[in-house]
Amino acid sequence: MRPEHPPEYPLAVHDLTVAYHRKPVLWDLDLNVPEGKLAGIVGPNGAGKSTLLKACLDLIPKTSGEVLIYGKPYEEQRDLIAYVPQRESVDWDFPVSALDVVTMGTYRKLGWFKRVGRQQKQQAHEALEQVGIGHLADRQISQLSGGQQQRVFLARALVQDAEIYFMDEPFAAVDAATEQAIIELLQNLNARGKTVLCVHHDLATVSRYFDHLILLNMRIVASGPTPETFTRENLQKTYGGKLNLLDDVAEALKNVGR
Amino acid sequence: MTWTTTDFHITTVGVLCAMACALPGTFLLLRRMSMMGDAISHAVLPGLAVAFLISGARTSWWMFFGAAVAGVMTALFTQWISKFGKVDRGASMGIVFTTLFAVGLILIEQGAGNVDLDARCVLYGALELVPLNMVTVFENYEMPRAAIVIGSTLLFNLAVIGFFYKEFTIASFDSGLAETQGFHPRLMHYILMTMVAVTTVAAFEAVGSIIVIAMLIVPPATAFLLTRRLPILILLSLIIAAGSAILGHLTTKAIPVIFGLPETTSSGMMATMTGIIFLLVWLLGPQGLIRRNGTELEEPEEI
Repeated sequence: MRPEHPPEYPLAVHDLTVAYHRKPVLWDLDLNVPEGKLAGIVGPNGAGKSTLLKACLDLIPKTSGEVLIYGKPYEEQRDLIAYVPQRESVDWDFPVSALDVVTMGTYRKLGWFKRVGRQQKQQAHEALEQVGIGHLADRQISQLSGGQQQRVFLARALVQDAEIYFMDEPFAAVDAATEQAIIELLQNLNARGKTVLCVHHDLATVSRYFDHLILLNMRIVASGPTPETFTRENLQKTYGGKLNLLDDVAEALKNVGR
Repeated sequence: MTWTTTDFHITTVGVLCAMACALPGTFLLLRRMSMMGDAISHAVLPGLAVAFLISGARTSWWMFFGAAVAGVMTALFTQWISKFGKVDRGASMGIVFTTLFAVGLILIEQGAGNVDLDARCVLYGALELVPLNMVTVFENYEMPRAAIVIGSTLLFNLAVIGFFYKEFTIASFDSGLAETQGFHPRLMHYILMTMVAVTTVAAFEAVGSIIVIAMLIVPPATAFLLTRRLPILILLSLIIAAGSAILGHLTTKAIPVIFGLPETTSSGMMATMTGIIFLLVWLLGPQGLIRRNGTELEEPEEI
């Protein structure tokens, strides 16, 4: 047990370093995410945002460091976690329907070899209704629009009925209606005491969407409640000399009246 | 043209072979690693040769074991070389399977050159010779030994896919989700590779290491033009595989008669048939070239 990472934190990262081909992508990260937060992970392209999620979930090897889920190694806490990968990470030509994909979220509880039954399908149907595309359950997934595909992924995370949700850019390239539906869903999860970690790109919506913010650029630049963390100084540190982006930052800050 | 018991036996072996191949082939196709079938079907050769040299018999559990080991090694080496050698996956696969195949050929020529495992047969198989090696089952019913070998492989493949259906699906569609749910996609990958290796060995005698690639890939690829439902995809692959094998042998018999040409090989014709069926479906099927002209695919609606 590490005193600086008490077990009441849903996610604690200790001294995490990740490297691809000997080049560090994440360098010596230390992080505590408090329970029941809707946390945004924000930083420039190549800052290691997706890598951070994947390293926490053992999807890529850690060079060093440790990740604790409620004080225990991830391996023992799989049941508490739902993961929504980037939409482009899967093959949308795969011969399955929207309902089939959502049903995959029940596989963990179902266990090895057991077949999908009526109960799992029922759960999947309810989740699809919840994200507003119940009528598309039998559609082959390539017949869905980008926003609908993202909703399918969210429905799948919902049936996992987890405590911590890891989401990799759920708002990327979706229509405005879907973006609104997704944020309502995340806020709903949040209201039920779940912790949500969400890689996010759009600085303009950060302070509206998230109550907790992690600014990342290979290292943690700042992490904490959004009002204190989302400042010009921190953003400058995060985005460095990328001037065109700094204009966006200025715009974003103006929008929130800071 | 007369249909003899020999024809029945050749066709049976061909059908079982094609169906056994179509099962792992479907998942190779879905995982976008069809060429892994090519690589493994060649790379099992040294495994076979070594197993043969150790055991001295041409059919034995040793040969399946040797092939399975060689198949998994191909997958492992391919991954290592592309990772540590920093070459792309295709190149690394090319390095691994050609080297292993060459080693296998040398082993066969040197060690087993005078026995009935010859290099030509390795490439094309000898489906016509299948009825020469018969065994008696159920007291007095004679069957080609190859039919029993490949038939058991078909049952084995059916059992594995039936057993791991949900696990194969999730690991093929979204390996990240499979991993976080504890379904070890890498393990599923190696189970599939083992299945491909065992199947190619079972099919070896009948159709050789090149024709088997057609049987692994073409029927699933054809079925994929017709459906986007996984269970139907698997079923259609099996039907197309069996159909190609039957048509293949029929045309082998018919063509020399009709055109006055010399005998042709059944396995070659079976593979050709898979290709022709693919072409027809591609041209005439629901997503086919002909229908697609004119009616554009409907755009997915926004909500």
